[in-house]
Amino acid sequence: MDEGLRSELSKQGIFTTKLADIYNWGRKNSVWPLQFGLACCAIEMIATTMARYDLARFGAEVFRPSPRQADLMIVAGTVTKKMAPQVVRLYNQMPEPKYVIAMGACAISGGPFKQGYNVLKGIDRFIPVDVHIPGCPPRPEALIHAFMTLQQKIEAQTLTGPDRPRHLDPDAPSEFPVPQFGEHDLVPPNNRDVWQPPAKARNE
Amino acid sequence: MTSYNPYLLIVVFLVAAAAFAVAPLLTAWVWARLVSPKKSGPDKNAVYECGLQSKGDAWVQFKSEYYLYGIIFLIFDVETIFLLPFAVAFTGLPAGAFIAMVVFLLLLVEGLIWAWRKGILNWA
Repeated sequence: MDEGLRSELSKQGIFTTKLADIYNWGRKNSVWPLQFGLACCAIEMIATTMARYDLARFGAEVFRPSPRQADLMIVAGTVTKKMAPQVVRLYNQMPEPKYVIAMGACAISGGPFKQGYNVLKGIDRFIPVDVHIPGCPPRPEALIHAFMTLQQKIEAQTLTGPDRPRHLDPDAPSEFPVPQFGEHDLVPPNNRDVWQPPAKARNE
Repeated sequence: MTSYNPYLLIVVFLVAAAAFAVAPLLTAWVWARLVSPKKSGPDKNAVYECGLQSKGDAWVQFKSEYYLYGIIFLIFDVETIFLLPFAVAFTGLPAGAFIAMVVFLLLLVEGLIWAWRKGILNWA
């Protein structure tokens, strides 16, 4: 609605808002993360929830031990190829709307263990990641910053139109294929619907 | 005063109790039908929720002979409770109490021998 009319109404004590704003306001202030840590980044994630950094200020203090009750998956640590199917399956089991923060160098790219034969080079090869945090490990402030970034993203989501979140789009897939732990690598090694890296530019 | 059926109160209680049980379930069901985003699939509907796939059957059959084993264990477990005060007061007890306790013990041991000879202790 028109900003001038809105301001005029608020002077008369009439508060106007949109349904989407209330909906997103409620969603962004009650994001419950999944209680799920993979490696050393999880220690920083734990520190973020404790009294000094106090993630509870953002409505995210309730770490749910079950994917059925969680909205946010913080992939905190190195994802090994043996663990990757479980991570994708846990993500599939979370109810919509759901979000993913890839925390730390390992979760976004494999990090210092990138050359490892059993290390997945970024969880975004299989599930859609909303916020990436660099760092090894990222400090709790970085996780809080990522969380606030996610809140801004949720707040900006419209409920209709092409940019609507996936849970309001009936054509969007409900589950992502779970890779199998194969003989040499994960089968398939990535999900092309989710992971579209830029093509390598070669100077021939 | 008008007379009323004394069972009317019970009926009211029954209806109220049923409403208390059904109303939250119904509210949750209606709420889920109206507003929950419908994105289900085989993974999401899976029973197990720790990321691993469940293996095998949950309907494991258990050997019913364990029941006799458990009973025999329980008898001797309880016996130790009687033995402890007996042992504490042993030096001050008259001969009659001692004989009574030995009879009690022998009765239990006899039961054990009976079970042993019946082959209950052999775990087939």
